[in-house]
Amino acid sequence: MADLLIELFSEEIPARMQANATDALKKLMTDGLVEAGLTYAHAASFATPRRLTLAVQGLSENSPRLVEERRGPKVGAPDQAIEGFLRGAGVTRDALEIRDDKKGQVYFARVVTEGRAAPVIVAEVLERVIRNFPWPKSMRWGSGALRWVRPLQSILCILTTEAGAEVVSLDVDGIASGNQTRGHRFMAPDAFSVTSFEDYAAKLKRAFVLLDPTERADHIWNEARQMAFAAGLELVEDRGLLAEVAGLVEWPVVLMGRIEDRFLDLPPEVLQTSMKEHQKFFSVRDPKSGQIVAFVTVANRETVDQGATILAGNQKVLAARLSDAKFFWDNDLRVVLEAGLEGMGAGLRDVTFHNKLGSQADRIARIEALAREIAPLVGADADQAALAARVAKADLRSEMVGEFPELQGLMGSYYARAAGLHEDVARACVEHYQPLGPSDSVPSAPVSVAVALADKLDTLTGFWAIDEKPTGSKDPFALRRAALGVIRLVLGNRLRFSLRDNLARGQFSNLGAVATERDIIDLPENWQSATTDDLLAFFHDRLKVHLRDQGIRHDVIDACLAMPGNDDLTLLVKRAGALSAFLKAADGENLLQGFKRANNILTQAEAKDGVEYSFGPDPKLAETDEERALFTALDQAEAAIRPAMQAEDFGTAMAAMAALRAPIDAFFEAVQINAENQIIRRNRLNLLHRIRETCLQVADLTRVEG
Amino acid sequence: MGERPEIRSQIPQCFQEIILRLQNYWAEQGCAVLQPYDMEVGAGTFHPATTLRALGTKAWAAAYVQPSRRPTDGRYGENPNRLQHYYQYQVIIKPSPPDLQELYLGSLRAIGIDDALHDIRFVEDDWESPTLGAWGLGWEVWCDGMEVSQFTYFQQVGGHDCRPVSGELTYGLERLAMYVLGVDHVMDMPFNAPDARIPLTYGDVFRQTEQEYSRHNFDGADTEKLFQHFKDAEAECQRLLGFDPVDPKLGNRANIMVHPAYDQCIKASHLFNLLDARGVISVTERQAYIGRVRALAKLCADAFVQTEAGGA
Repeated sequence: MADLLIELFSEEIPARMQANATDALKKLMTDGLVEAGLTYAHAASFATPRRLTLAVQGLSENSPRLVEERRGPKVGAPDQAIEGFLRGAGVTRDALEIRDDKKGQVYFARVVTEGRAAPVIVAEVLERVIRNFPWPKSMRWGSGALRWVRPLQSILCILTTEAGAEVVSLDVDGIASGNQTRGHRFMAPDAFSVTSFEDYAAKLKRAFVLLDPTERADHIWNEARQMAFAAGLELVEDRGLLAEVAGLVEWPVVLMGRIEDRFLDLPPEVLQTSMKEHQKFFSVRDPKSGQIVAFVTVANRETVDQGATILAGNQKVLAARLSDAKFFWDNDLRVVLEAGLEGMGAGLRDVTFHNKLGSQADRIARIEALAREIAPLVGADADQAALAARVAKADLRSEMVGEFPELQGLMGSYYARAAGLHEDVARACVEHYQPLGPSDSVPSAPVSVAVALADKLDTLTGFWAIDEKPTGSKDPFALRRAALGVIRLVLGNRLRFSLRDNLARGQFSNLGAVATERDIIDLPENWQSATTDDLLAFFHDRLKVHLRDQGIRHDVIDACLAMPGNDDLTLLVKRAGALSAFLKAADGENLLQGFKRANNILTQAEAKDGVEYSFGPDPKLAETDEERALFTALDQAEAAIRPAMQAEDFGTAMAAMAALRAPIDAFFEAVQINAENQIIRRNRLNLLHRIRETCLQVADLTRVEG
Repeated sequence: MGERPEIRSQIPQCFQEIILRLQNYWAEQGCAVLQPYDMEVGAGTFHPATTLRALGTKAWAAAYVQPSRRPTDGRYGENPNRLQHYYQYQVIIKPSPPDLQELYLGSLRAIGIDDALHDIRFVEDDWESPTLGAWGLGWEVWCDGMEVSQFTYFQQVGGHDCRPVSGELTYGLERLAMYVLGVDHVMDMPFNAPDARIPLTYGDVFRQTEQEYSRHNFDGADTEKLFQHFKDAEAECQRLLGFDPVDPKLGNRANIMVHPAYDQCIKASHLFNLLDARGVISVTERQAYIGRVRALAKLCADAFVQTEAGGA
């Protein structure tokens, strides 16, 4: 058994690529080794900004000798065929054996693959991995043709056995492997050699390199938290930033500094965003006031002045950044106080939203009109919703959002408050963008909901009207996200309305007006209804995905989509949820089997006779007790179902339907449907029809599988 | 007097001393120290010593200061960090040497940044110039959290793969100098030595021009004429490259007018920047203008690789 150590030492690897590269190195190397016939006990890989490292333990020292028999062409086959076989098998003609086969005499070859030593295999696999490494972006350098994420400087590759460590020799475009590496770029730049992974990791630590990114992240996190705690403050958690920062340093040194007082009245989100995006600083909060008052930066070295110069420099850069932010904030506030939030957004007239859909101002006018229509449906004041729609995107013209696009909406809400607008309007500025994804929260304040719906529906209907729909993986305008947003807004707030009637119509005419006026879109005659149908189908597709994620089967969804009122999403989901739950419970089988038995026989008869048996059955024509019992059971069931359906209590309705199974089964046991008397037969089929009609009230059960 | 003289001599005293030290350092590393290109450019990369010389197979090493103009960054000399006219220091070495990072760190030491006290970091930042049809991979270099340089390995210029690859370094001189000198507002920065007979600040030299050009860029420039100049430059670039390569005056040797044509490409690029600052180019048109400049850059690159300097 041997231990393998590989280090690929390069110029600085982008932090965001390190984790994937670590996984890829491990997978590609171990897969390659195993494929070549080696076995291993354990493998682990690591990354720092300057190195990718793989340690494999318990690697076999040879691949096994393999003997394989291969069947060749028939004796007497053309020479060409035989030559080809010999080449493929790597044997000479006199080594062939002739054996009897069902089809006559056939050549057989014994192919022996000798075992190979681990170093040979490692060198081969490693070279292949280096040359084909899956970097998301790679480059050439100097005069070479080799590609790596940044210039590759050295390759360390050793196999360690009881006999000692040996360099696995390979040469990749002039970079020869060895047993040497280097420590920290500034603190321990000299080369040193290593004999094993343990030796390597220990010497790296002495050379100011923490190899394991988890160890670096933990160190940063613990130090930063303690430092904040010691100052009576608390660190704002940010796992993404932590991973990134851990990928920027080999020897993390945590430093904390105060934010100058003159910046403390900036919104905390501005401080946080500026510090994180530009400086990769963690924010530190005062737990008493909730204000961000300090920052943590992570340096990559120790210094004789305990980081004082570094901290002072960082503080200075931060001050320059925050001066910019404060300048933007002050300017924006001045604009808002002078011209109002609408005034701030005046310039949106000159910003194109989409060349076929007009400017941002055109778009906002459409959203406003739509928000006004939606407001009463969601319990919002129409004027308030219209105002919110008018100002919700004004901050796109603010200097702050120009600098920090990720603060859109949030800045709007600050500026709305500064302008003295109602809190509901201020909140709508930030909330109308939500939900931004499947896990983002759904707003519930009525004004926010109205504008959020109007915004998304305008986007969807607009892009549908100009035929810019998502295809395959391409969805450049994030329309799937917008549709899911509408779905979550409707469901999350239990909103009841017909998407088709109440929204699409108003919206479409509105869009049509804008479009005709500007003569931008050439719309076909029936565009409104055709586009609505298509868009509704798109909504249903998104809803299916959404419900499938919640464990509702596709056939259950289909059964509910087939019902009238399927553009009332809340009702649709209520129905699907009830059906799904009911089918999973014990009575589900009864509902389905009772219905299917009646329906199958009826459908066959209808197909055969070419008529629909939809006359009401007459109980007077019933001949047996079982038949009469079924009539009674149906009367009782219907009495229970009617009020339940009215109350949209699908569970109760389905329970009543499931109770029909026993009488249905008994009926089939006792009675021959195809009686000789045609009147009796018709009556029985009409009875089955009554069962079908009763059961189909809740969902189209013919679409349910099982 | 507790001050140690060697430390004192390590820290530069003024803006021009930083430039002089960089010039000396890169001269010692074997670069040809060139002078700024005599045209308005948006960045040092536009100098033909970088754009064109990054193409082809011939080895090359040059360093120079390049005055650069970004009309939209004009702030009337009031913003502490933003200028519509500023200086870049540019180094280009082809093929990129294996120790380019070390050479670069040496240049920081030369201007008084002691890496034993400062935190120097190479942070991913890929470079792309849509107008030049060029891109490369590299980093922005941070000193104590401040970006002090851009470090790029050119992969493509004018749509051509760079073989060999050039290593390019760009220093934003004002920002770097402000950091080294500990100055908060660029206009307060000493331009020459503070103890010179006539000490001058950056503001003494440039405050008025920043004001004038800011007004010019945002309000004064005649957009009608600029649009016309853009078209003229574009046409002239294409016309010059349309000549028969053979020059009868040189006894029928080839003599392609790449550099004169490239001058027109540079002109078009700057005119576009001015029009952009005047706010008369819409978002959709923007891409089209960038594409037109890129097409010129590509024509020039295609022509350059057919010349001697281009390794033909």
